[in-house]
Amino acid sequence: MLKDFFGKRKKYASIPSEQAKADVPEGLMQKCSGCHKIYYRKEMNKNLQVCPNCGYHHPLQAWDRIDTLFDDDTFEEWDQALTTGNPLAFPGYEEKVEKDQKKTGLNEGVVTGKGTIDGQATAFAVMDSSFRMGSMGSVIGEKIARAVENARVEGIPFIIFTASGGARMQEGLLSLMQMSKTAIAIKRFSESGGLMISVMTHPTTGGVSASFASIGDYNFAEPGALIGFAGRRIIEQTIREKLPDDFQTAEFQLKHGQLDKVVNRLEMKEVLSLLLKFHQKGGNEK
Amino acid sequence: MKQVLEFEKPIVNLKEKIAELKRFTKDSEIDLSEEISTLEKRLAVLEADIYGNLKPWDRVQLARHAERPTTLDYIDKLFEDFIEFHGDRLFGDDEAIVAGIAYYKDKPVTVIGHQRGKDTKENIRRNFGMPHPEGYRKALRHMKQAEKFSRPIICFIDTKGAYPGKAAEERGQSEAIARNLMEMAGLTVPVICIVIGEGGSGGALALGVGDQIHMLENSTYSVISPEGAASILWKDSAYAQRAAETMKITAYDLKKLNVIDNIIPEPKGGAHRDLDQQAAYLDEVLEKSLQSLMQYSVDQLLEQRWEKYKQIGEYKTVQ
Repeated sequence: MLKDFFGKRKKYASIPSEQAKADVPEGLMQKCSGCHKIYYRKEMNKNLQVCPNCGYHHPLQAWDRIDTLFDDDTFEEWDQALTTGNPLAFPGYEEKVEKDQKKTGLNEGVVTGKGTIDGQATAFAVMDSSFRMGSMGSVIGEKIARAVENARVEGIPFIIFTASGGARMQEGLLSLMQMSKTAIAIKRFSESGGLMISVMTHPTTGGVSASFASIGDYNFAEPGALIGFAGRRIIEQTIREKLPDDFQTAEFQLKHGQLDKVVNRLEMKEVLSLLLKFHQKGGNEK
Repeated sequence: MKQVLEFEKPIVNLKEKIAELKRFTKDSEIDLSEEISTLEKRLAVLEADIYGNLKPWDRVQLARHAERPTTLDYIDKLFEDFIEFHGDRLFGDDEAIVAGIAYYKDKPVTVIGHQRGKDTKENIRRNFGMPHPEGYRKALRHMKQAEKFSRPIICFIDTKGAYPGKAAEERGQSEAIARNLMEMAGLTVPVICIVIGEGGSGGALALGVGDQIHMLENSTYSVISPEGAASILWKDSAYAQRAAETMKITAYDLKKLNVIDNIIPEPKGGAHRDLDQQAAYLDEVLEKSLQSLMQYSVDQLLEQRWEKYKQIGEYKTVQ
């Protein structure tokens, strides 16, 4: 029919041939996940994986994140050798962890340690969502609790970058209990007058959002980060209603009073540095 | 009519048969006492076998049993002069959590617990025992008050989880739970947590940071429901039974993992079979638990709490 002719829609998807794929060298170019514009990966990296066009914040691996924040050669990593056991004898768990260890070069989904930001010493923990979706098991809980405890003993601030899908199912209740373990460590640190800054990056959900991520003295987030307790699908099924597109974004949480500030990655170091300066021990004058 | 669980059916069937034979004996004057006694012996063996070898999934069913005693049932049996207080002073009153003060063995205590409904109407009012942030904030308000007036805190845990709803997210479900974990960590009074039914993930934990954690024999405590775990692991919630085993969610499993302090026994067939007996079992553990905690100074209490949680987890060191 004529109508069909004019209303012709594409009813197929084009899959690039192996030949076409090979035309672009692996990793040279990068398509923005936000606006789909194509950039040289080098250019994107230089911009800290923030799209120069639309400002989309791509995930950063833990060590790349650390590079963007700390003064050169000031990192000292803590507890690098900690790795998970298999407390529930969960089928296939060790293989999955090993696979991600190879993929990421990390022993677990968080890097902890201390370094300086513009000369100001601080303890830190940076989660990496490419390791088992940043899910929190015994090792992540232990490393974070130890880092907070070290910060308390050394009398330095603690900064955490969260990126996690929640508790790690394969460790059962032990993973849930890491929420309380880290919370107690943070409470002790806080009582001693320690400064804690939490920066939620994409995604920060479930047990991580419902523990250390939300109890910093200051809670920040990167633009567009998904932040929330329950998953969108679960909520939609429960309340039988479609949720707005911006539901559980950093901007949504800001609007609902759950965040102090949404901070662009390109300004992160500057903001953190200033905040550390405000809280320097022994004289707060500018 | 009592709700009959799948694994109990052989017992119920046998009981019905015995009752039938007894009726028959009475009506027809034929003596069947020998047959009846044989069957009764068989029933005893069967009960011991079934109730003595409950599988994790059976316990999940018992923990969720519609007639299972709730927080208010235990408050009624174990405490005196309970006064319930309402509201978080910020948004509203969440009836999925009850909180108040009462006497326990003549000493004032603060009691807080998740509260399921007994019927559909009450369940709607109490949101099936699934709290919103205001429920957790109400609980925290009472914990802080307990601290001010030096009252020990007893928390009953019984929830499928924190409510996964739009409003709950908008009002900061994550923050409410996280805040409770952190504040409970620093409470200067003894905190005793008892899982009486389902301990569902973060929503349970938000009342669950204490000096001692006890579980009823047929209660469960898990990071995700068996159905949820099954649908993620095997893409099919029908494998929930298997997940209940793999996830190690029973009191016995968690005692082995060193997460809980005591397993509180249940009457044969579960807590709902005999509330008085259940309350007595609970009373015994609660009294001992409280006595042991009351002897510590605040510093000792806080140090022990930290030590208790610090050791939870399993990891190794690579070269």
